[in-house]
Amino acid sequence: MTEDIQLISLLLTPLVGMLLLALAGRWPNLREAITLITAVVLFSESLKLAADVLGGARPGLTLIEMLPGLTLRLAVEPLGAVFSVISSGLWIISTLYSIGYMRGNKEKKQTRFFVCFAGAIFAAQGIALAGNMLTLFMFYEAMTLITYPLVTHHGTDHARNSARTYLGVLLGTSIAFLLSGLLATWVIAGTLDFRQGGILVGHLGATGTALLLVLYMFGIGKAALMPFHRWLPAAMVAPTPVSALLHAVAVVKAGVFTIVKVIVYIFGTDNLMSLGSADWVPVIAGFSIISASIVALRADNLKRRLAYSTVSQLSYVTLAATLLAPISIVGAIMHIAAHALGKITLFFAAGSIYTAAHKTEVTQLDGIGRRMPWTMTAFSIGALSMIGLPPAAGFVSKWYILSAAMSLEHWLAVGVLVLSTLLNAGYFLPIVWRAFFREPPSAGDAHHDAHHDAHHAAHGEAPLLMVFAQTTTAAMTIGLFFYHEPVLRLARAVAGAF
Amino acid sequence: MLTQHFPALLVVVPLLAAPLIVFVRRSLPSWLIALLATTITFGIAASLLAQTMSGGTISYAMGSWEAPLGIEYRIDVAGAFVAVIVAAMGLIVMPYSRVGIATEVRSEEHYLYYALMMLCLAGLLGILVTGDAFNLFVFLEVSSLATYVLIAMGRDRRALVAAYQYLLMGTIGATLYVIGVGLLYLETGTLNLADMATRLVEVGDSRGVLAALAFITVGISLKIALFPLHLWLPNAYAYAPSPVSAFLAATATKVSIYVLMRYFFTIFGATEVFDARATGAILLGLSLAAMFVPAVVAIFQHDMKRLLAYSSVSQIGYITLGISLDSVEGLMASAMHLFNHALTKGGLFLVLGGVVLRCGGAGFDRLAGLGQTMPVAAFAMVVGGLSLIGVPGTAGFISKWYLVSAAMHEGQWWLVGAVLASSLLAVIYVWRFVEVAYFRAPPADHPAPGEAPLSMFIPALAMIAGCVYFGIDATWSSEVAMRVAEVLMYNPGVGQ
Repeated sequence: MTEDIQLISLLLTPLVGMLLLALAGRWPNLREAITLITAVVLFSESLKLAADVLGGARPGLTLIEMLPGLTLRLAVEPLGAVFSVISSGLWIISTLYSIGYMRGNKEKKQTRFFVCFAGAIFAAQGIALAGNMLTLFMFYEAMTLITYPLVTHHGTDHARNSARTYLGVLLGTSIAFLLSGLLATWVIAGTLDFRQGGILVGHLGATGTALLLVLYMFGIGKAALMPFHRWLPAAMVAPTPVSALLHAVAVVKAGVFTIVKVIVYIFGTDNLMSLGSADWVPVIAGFSIISASIVALRADNLKRRLAYSTVSQLSYVTLAATLLAPISIVGAIMHIAAHALGKITLFFAAGSIYTAAHKTEVTQLDGIGRRMPWTMTAFSIGALSMIGLPPAAGFVSKWYILSAAMSLEHWLAVGVLVLSTLLNAGYFLPIVWRAFFREPPSAGDAHHDAHHDAHHAAHGEAPLLMVFAQTTTAAMTIGLFFYHEPVLRLARAVAGAF
Repeated sequence: MLTQHFPALLVVVPLLAAPLIVFVRRSLPSWLIALLATTITFGIAASLLAQTMSGGTISYAMGSWEAPLGIEYRIDVAGAFVAVIVAAMGLIVMPYSRVGIATEVRSEEHYLYYALMMLCLAGLLGILVTGDAFNLFVFLEVSSLATYVLIAMGRDRRALVAAYQYLLMGTIGATLYVIGVGLLYLETGTLNLADMATRLVEVGDSRGVLAALAFITVGISLKIALFPLHLWLPNAYAYAPSPVSAFLAATATKVSIYVLMRYFFTIFGATEVFDARATGAILLGLSLAAMFVPAVVAIFQHDMKRLLAYSSVSQIGYITLGISLDSVEGLMASAMHLFNHALTKGGLFLVLGGVVLRCGGAGFDRLAGLGQTMPVAAFAMVVGGLSLIGVPGTAGFISKWYLVSAAMHEGQWWLVGAVLASSLLAVIYVWRFVEVAYFRAPPADHPAPGEAPLSMFIPALAMIAGCVYFGIDATWSSEVAMRVAEVLMYNPGVGQ
C-alpha cells in the first residue's frame, strides 16, 4: 500500500505542481517558489525510490485496465530509477537556472513556460516508471505534445516552422513506426510487459526480429538516430533552459532510455545476440555518431553545435545498447547519466553567454573566458566530459563502452569511438581555446554587433542563479567520475550479473 | 409490461413529440417537449442495450401482427449499440440547441427545428429497430427528409444549395436502395429481414441477388458518404446550423454504416458478399481512397467546418476498412470507431458551434488567435483533434489500436502502414487549426472575447471529456463493440 502511494506520488507531485503553477500565474515569486518546492519534493521521492530499488525492492502498481487484457501499469526497475533520479534532480537545478534566465531575458508567458516544464517532467517520470510498453508509449507521446508549447515559446514564424519539424518528426516516427512495432509485439507476443530476458524470445525468427527492431529503433525518434535527428537542432529555437533540461536530459534521455529498455526487456539481449538481428544497428549508430560530429565541427552557432553533439552522443547509448554485452549495457546506462550532466552544463553555459553577452556564435567568443570565468570553466568541464577525458564522468561511460567493444572484438565500434573522440575534441577545444587564450575583439572589429556592444560592453558574469546552476552541474560531472557506485550497481542489475 | 413495448416506444416517443411541437409552436415549450422526448428515448435505448447485452435478440410484433405478415421490430446488441449513440447524441444536442440555434435559425422557425429534429431522431432509431426491409426504407426517408430541411435552415444562403445537393444525392441513394429491396422481394418473396436471410440461402447464386447486392451497396454508400459518393457531405455539414452539423456528424452516417453491416453480414451472409464477389476488394480500395484523398483535401481547407467535414469522410474510411476485413476483429474495430468517432466529431462540432457564435464564422480568418480569445474552447478543439489523429489517451487511439491489430490478425501487414500513414495526414490538418489558433493574432473586428454560453459549453466539453475518458478506460466500449461484432459475424439470419 505504501509502495502504491510512493509510485503514484511520483506522478502526482508534478501534476499538482502544474495545477498550482497555473493558479499562481499572477504572482511570479510564489510561482517560482512552487516550482522549486515541487522539484525538491519530487527529487526526494525519487531518491527514496532509487534507494529502495538498490535494496532489491521492485514496486509495481496497476493504474487502470485500459483495454481488456491490457493495463496502464507502473513498475520500477533499476533503469527506471536511474532515469527518474536524473530527470527530477536536474529539474531542481534547471529551475534555478530558468528563473535567472527568464527574468534576465524578460521572457513573456513565463507561467505557461513553467507549467509545461513541469508537464514534461511529469511525462519523464511516467516514462521512467512505466510498467509496460503501452504505458511508456502514452507518456512518450504526452512528452512530445507538452513540450510543443516550449519549443514554440517565442511565437515567431521561425519558432512555428521549427516546431513543425519537431512535431512532425517525433509524432511521425512514433505513430508510423513505434506504434506499429508496439502493436506487432502485442499481436506476436501477447503481452507488452517488460520482462528480464525479453518477451519476444521464441516468438519470432531472425528476419522478423530484425524488421521489428527497425520499427523500434527508428520509431523512437527521441533517440535521434539518423536520419530522424532533424527535430533536435530544430528544437534549439526554444529558450535555452528548455534546450538544457529537455533536449539534453528529459526528451532525448527518454528516447535512449526507451531504446535500452526495449533492447533489454522486450527483445532480450541474449535473444538478439543469438539471432544476430541487431547487427545492423551499431553501423547506423556509428554513422550517426561520426556524421553528426562532422556537422557539429562546421556549425558556428553554439547551440547548433551542441545540438549535433547531442545527436552524436545519443547514438553512443544506442551503439552501446546494441552491442548486447552486459558490460556495454552498463556503459549505455552510465552514459545516460554522464551525458545528461555534461550536456546540461554546456547548455547552461551557452544560455549564460547569451544572457550576459548576447552572443550566439562560436566566432564571437574570443576572450570571453576573461569576463565570464565561471561560465567558461563550467563549459570546459562539460566539454571534457563530452570528449571523454578524466576527471569527467564521460570518461567512465566511454571506458565501459570501449572495453565492451574491445572484448567483443567489434572493431567498427572501436574505430567509431576513437574517431569520435578526436572529432569531439576538434569541435569543443577550439571554443575553450578561443574563450581563454584569444584577445577579446576591440570595439572597431565587431561593427556588425556594435549595437550589442554598446549595451554589453561592460558585461560580466551571468546572473548569480545561472552561474550557481552551471557550476553545480559541472561539479556533479566531476563528482560522478569519482563516485558512481550507486549508478553502477543499478546498471549492473539491469544488465544481469557479471 | 411497459418494457416489452420498448422497441416500439423508441420510435413512437420522438415521432409523437414532433406533431405535438407543431401544435405548441412557441419556442420554449417546444424545446421542453423535445428535451423530455429525447430524455425518455435515451432511457429506452439504454435499457434496450442492457437487455440485449444480457439476453440476446428482442423481437416485437408491431400491432401484434406476427412476422412475416406484420412488421417485425427486432433489436439485438448491434442495433441497440448504435441506438444508444443516436439517442445520446440527441440528448446532448437538445440542451445545446436552445442557445445554439438562437442566432442561426429565425425565431419563428424554432418550433420547426425541434419538430424536425424529433422526426430525424425517430427515423434514425426506426432504421435501427425495424426488422423489415421496406419499413427500413420508410424510416430512411423520414430521417433524410427531416435532414434536408434542417440543413436548409442554416443562416448562410448556400445552405439551400447544400440541402438541395443532399436532397438529390440522398434521393438517388434511397431509390437505389428500394430497387435493391424490390429485387430481393422478387427473389425471396419476403420483406422480413430475418426471413429474407434464410430464404436467400435457398435461392443461392442468382443474377437478381447479385443486382440487389449492388443496388443496396451503392444506395447505402451514398448515405454513408463513402468516398467518392461523399460530395454532398462537406457542404451539408458546413452550412447547416451548428447543432445540426454536430448531430448529423455523430449519427446519420453511422446509422447508414449499420445498415450496410446488417445487409453484408446478416442478410447476404459474409461468404456471399466477400468470398463469392469482389465486394471486399472494392470496399477495401474505396476505404483506402477515403482515408487518403479527403484527408489531403482537408489539409487545404480554410474553414474549420469544412475541414472537419472532410475529416469525417476520411474517418468513415477507417470504419469501412474494418468491415472490408471480413473478420470479427475488423468488425469490432469498425464498431469501436463508429462510437469513438461519433464522440470525437460530435464533440468537435459542438465546440465549434460555440466558437462560431462568438467569432461570427468558422473561417480561419475568424478563428485566428482563438487560443487567446477562447482559451478553453481552443484547447478542447485541440484535444478533439488529437483524438482524430489517434494520439494515445484519446478515444481515437483505441480505434486505431483495434483497426491495426485487426489488419495484423488478417496478415495484412501493409494495411498497418496505410492506417498509420493516414493518421499522419490527420496530424497535418489538425495542426493547421493549432497554428491558426495559437500563432495568429485575433481579427481586429473580433467581438468581445469570452467563452460560449454555459448551455452550449457544458455539453460540448462533456463530449470532449468523453473522448479522453473512453481513451483511457475503454473496457466498457470494447466489450460492447466485441459483442456487436460477434452478433454481426456469427448470427446470419438473426438468431435462427
